[in-house]
Amino acid sequence: MKRYVDARGKQCPIPVVETRKALELMGEGDEVETIVDNEIAVQNLLKMAKQKKVAAQAEQFGEEEYRVSFSRTEEGLNGEESRKKANGKEEKAQKKETGSRKDRVVVAISSDKMGQGDDALGEILMKGFLYALTGLPVPPTAVLLYNGGARLSVEGSGALPDLRRLEKLGTEILTCGTCLNFYGLTDKLSVGKITDMYTICEKLTEADKVVRP
Amino acid sequence: MEKQEKGLFCSGGGCTAKLGPAALKRVLERIPRKQDEDLLVGFESSDDAAVYRLSPELAVVHTLDFFPPVVEDPELYGQIAAANALSDIYAMGAEVRTALNIVCFPEKEDLNLLGKVIQGGAQKVEEAGGILAGGHSISDSGIKYGLSVTGTVHPDKIWRNNGCQRGDLLLLTKPLGVGIICAADRVGEASKEAMEKAIRSMTTLNKAAADVLRKFQVHACTDVTGFGFLGHLREMLGSDHSARIWAEKLPYFKEAYEYAGNFLITAAAQRNRNALEHEVDFQEVSFEMEELLFDPQTSGGLLVSLGRDTAEKAAREMKEQGVFCAIVGEITEQTKRKIIVKGEGRE
Repeated sequence: MKRYVDARGKQCPIPVVETRKALELMGEGDEVETIVDNEIAVQNLLKMAKQKKVAAQAEQFGEEEYRVSFSRTEEGLNGEESRKKANGKEEKAQKKETGSRKDRVVVAISSDKMGQGDDALGEILMKGFLYALTGLPVPPTAVLLYNGGARLSVEGSGALPDLRRLEKLGTEILTCGTCLNFYGLTDKLSVGKITDMYTICEKLTEADKVVRP
Repeated sequence: MEKQEKGLFCSGGGCTAKLGPAALKRVLERIPRKQDEDLLVGFESSDDAAVYRLSPELAVVHTLDFFPPVVEDPELYGQIAAANALSDIYAMGAEVRTALNIVCFPEKEDLNLLGKVIQGGAQKVEEAGGILAGGHSISDSGIKYGLSVTGTVHPDKIWRNNGCQRGDLLLLTKPLGVGIICAADRVGEASKEAMEKAIRSMTTLNKAAADVLRKFQVHACTDVTGFGFLGHLREMLGSDHSARIWAEKLPYFKEAYEYAGNFLITAAAQRNRNALEHEVDFQEVSFEMEELLFDPQTSGGLLVSLGRDTAEKAAREMKEQGVFCAIVGEITEQTKRKIIVKGEGRE
């Protein structure tokens, strides 16, 4: 499997940290590709690859676009194992990620209405969609609510019961803080947690599947 | 909620925001220089502040420093920015006299925030024994704050940054690693304790250290800031000297060492590495320690070069007075690479 990390527009340490997280999930034969917009970030990524004994290659493909590809080396696999053993905390994190992991499905909702056309219909459809989510055999890993989607997790929203149910099933309900603030709804949040763009980005880039109703 | 504010207020501030040494050097080289025999310290030696002689007994020291937020708390940010700006006066061996605020602030932002920032700065100016005498503010897309500070010194008692002598010992007055801890904090990977330690260090004035040092014959002094320990050491060595650093003696925050191992590293540290790496001979030094040595320090400690006996006496007196310090290396005969770092024997 190949994972992509798009870290353009982000300042170090963020590109390195996001790539590190992707590398920690890497099994044999897996690859990680990180895109950054400056050479210093490339150097920091290569520096990390060297430390982690992961093979890495960098190339520039646009004026301010660089691609760094990582793949496991035999030595890296072993090296990483012993490193992990020395660091119990990291080992635990690794286990959590790999232990009978299902595909991580992230639902990204950017409006309180589903589809375009009639708004009233759109609201009914969105309610129906969230209800249907609660009935999936495996609930999604996370539901991200941003822009108009932020209206779904606040006081007075008809979607609250379904979102609460999802939360009980283990789905993370994350609402964009900037959006709540923009709509003046920050103190009205009634389910899940407030999040920021880093987390939204991370959830989206690390997901195996992103669903946008 | 707390996390969301982070993106708005703090995105890579402090001395991490400094332009790289290579870029800066190229620009500064082209500026025409007016000769004046009373300008005792100017551009030439990349010193911490400019010093101008007014009379045989009196020279004024000018410096300014400002940067974007490095922590979330506005008052602490003000304290850190002010402590950092005031530090240049101490690094010249001078006393703080007056300070002016430098403010960039978005028009639409909450003015109470600005009030707290300036309040924090004012506290530090007062602690330094100086007077806050005014300032200048402009509307800007991001927040920036700092001070322009004026100090005074006897012209014969200036601590230049490049007066070190062979055989000197090097003394450092704050542990390294605040840049790495702040970087870790920006991505939510720093512990509360680590951040508290870093903030305590960054808000500590170099005044107490300088007060002790004034009793001794200081050969050279600078403060460790954006170019990291090695960058500022390199400036101190000039063209005539080399240095040997003992990694096992270097003080650092243990969390910073751990975070460096988790690659919580900044662009500024890498720029410092690019500028200096060819002049540094790392002898069995761990990756983490290398990163600490290149880490930009916001409001870092003083790096002081003193004769062997003097250095030990000064260190003893500092410890007696509860001022942090460590002897970390020595000035040597010229070596092929300017700086040798002897490994800490960890890896």
